[in-house]
Amino acid sequence: MLKLQHITWQTPDGVQVLKDVSLTVPENKLVVITGPNGGGKTTLAKIVAGLVSPTSGRLILDGQDITDLDVTQRARIGVSFAFQQPVRFKGLTVRQLMELAAGGQQHEESLCAMLSRVGLCAREYIDREVNATLSGGEIKRIEIATVLARHTKLSIFDEPEAGIDLWSFTNLIDVFEDMRRSLKGTLVIISHQERILSIADEIAVISGGALEHMGPAADVLPRLLAGEKGCPACLKREVFA
Amino acid sequence: MKAVTENLLKIVSDWSGVFQGAYNVREDGQCAGRQSTEHVKIDAKTDHPGLIIRVLPGTKGEVVNIPALITHSDVDDLVYNDFLVGENADVTIVAGCGVHTDAHAESRHNGIHRFFLSRGAKVRYLEKHIGTGEGGKRSIDPVTEIELDEDAMMEMDTSQLGGVDCSKRLTKAKLAAGAKLVVRERLLTDGEEKADTDFMVELNGAGSGADIISRSVAKGRSYQTYRSRIVGNAPCAGHSECDAIIADEGRVDAAPELTANHGDAELIHEAAIGKIAGEQILKLRTLGLTEEEAEKKIVEGFLS
Repeated sequence: MLKLQHITWQTPDGVQVLKDVSLTVPENKLVVITGPNGGGKTTLAKIVAGLVSPTSGRLILDGQDITDLDVTQRARIGVSFAFQQPVRFKGLTVRQLMELAAGGQQHEESLCAMLSRVGLCAREYIDREVNATLSGGEIKRIEIATVLARHTKLSIFDEPEAGIDLWSFTNLIDVFEDMRRSLKGTLVIISHQERILSIADEIAVISGGALEHMGPAADVLPRLLAGEKGCPACLKREVFA
Repeated sequence: MKAVTENLLKIVSDWSGVFQGAYNVREDGQCAGRQSTEHVKIDAKTDHPGLIIRVLPGTKGEVVNIPALITHSDVDDLVYNDFLVGENADVTIVAGCGVHTDAHAESRHNGIHRFFLSRGAKVRYLEKHIGTGEGGKRSIDPVTEIELDEDAMMEMDTSQLGGVDCSKRLTKAKLAAGAKLVVRERLLTDGEEKADTDFMVELNGAGSGADIISRSVAKGRSYQTYRSRIVGNAPCAGHSECDAIIADEGRVDAAPELTANHGDAELIHEAAIGKIAGEQILKLRTLGLTEEEAEKKIVEGFLS
């Protein structure tokens, strides 16, 4: 269980981005955080992962105050974070990155199992460099695979749908639906996508730096969708688009 | 053979006590062992210090080891090795160089390697350079001259990953029709080290192609210069890429140059210099690595 207590964050020049956000992510639940762009969602996710330090407030994971732990320390006690814009590395291969994520050398079968979960064939990818030759969809799936490989108690995905094509998107939804079914630990996804919101247990709406609303997906989603004008033929139906 | 020689051999040529196939070990300017095979003949030159290595036409799959080692201070070794590779031969040539200094005086190895590949010949050339010891300044100044006849192909994999105080690396190549040259260079300098690398490639025949990829890391107060010039004199394809990571007070100076003397020459250059991206370190830290471990992994991967 993850508890955010009175989290605030302001930019170095004093702009208040997060204003007293408190919320609880229950054990073995999928919570999707949504809301308008610029509302502070990504900052909140980065605060949980330790990439950004809150100006004030505390973070409690399974009873332990993790506010003062740095990125490495949080990673080691079981926090994983999938970047919205995955980082590329010249020279580092998919195998090396997956082995760093999994914490040691891996047999081809286990790499195959990890990559097939995100719809990639290990044989085609393990020797490829994690560089600009990978498409947006490919690198995004590898990013997700690095988080899945860690089997941590808390996984945070920052807009997994951002920057990928429609074809990869439908496959990605399958990955998250599968993850939802076999959920162990706590899952937080930042997203605008109806398809992702619809598999959430709970939805939190962050707007203008504050928690506007949080509740069961069955209650929150219909209200978010009312009034949204998406393309009727498009699978990428978004809220706050 | 000296213990220092064996240690250097292990680093530069995967030596495990014995070489299979043709070899010549040069130790402090002298021959410390030589073997020819049925298809690869190694002979000493009569006019200059050095060797003539003849790979007979059609030779397939042999590995030729030509390491040169300097085991103590105060050696200035100059060697001219010529590799004559016959038509349609397909071999691997390993020419590592290690310089060890044990006293105040400096030591230097200057190897001038000339490759003449006949029509359709294929060579994989591995060149690993290392400096060891606590003594005086260590210099390695390799010159590689390559002439590729029609449809010949050479892959050059060259690396210098530490311990060499001063290095001037010059590679020149001339390619006939259909010939291909692939160069992969890896450099790491630290402390007060200095490395200059210079490529000059002439694409003279139709359908010839060159691909030069140089990756380097300059740490400490080290300084590197990179020059590459690709000249397209025919319908050809040339690509060079210079990528450098700088850390501490390391400095890199890159100057790529392309010259097209033919309307169907296609030449590309890419160059980038910068420190390790903060995002890369953060990503690896989210996987549980410390900042130092992350930097080490990033550099290792970059130079692998």
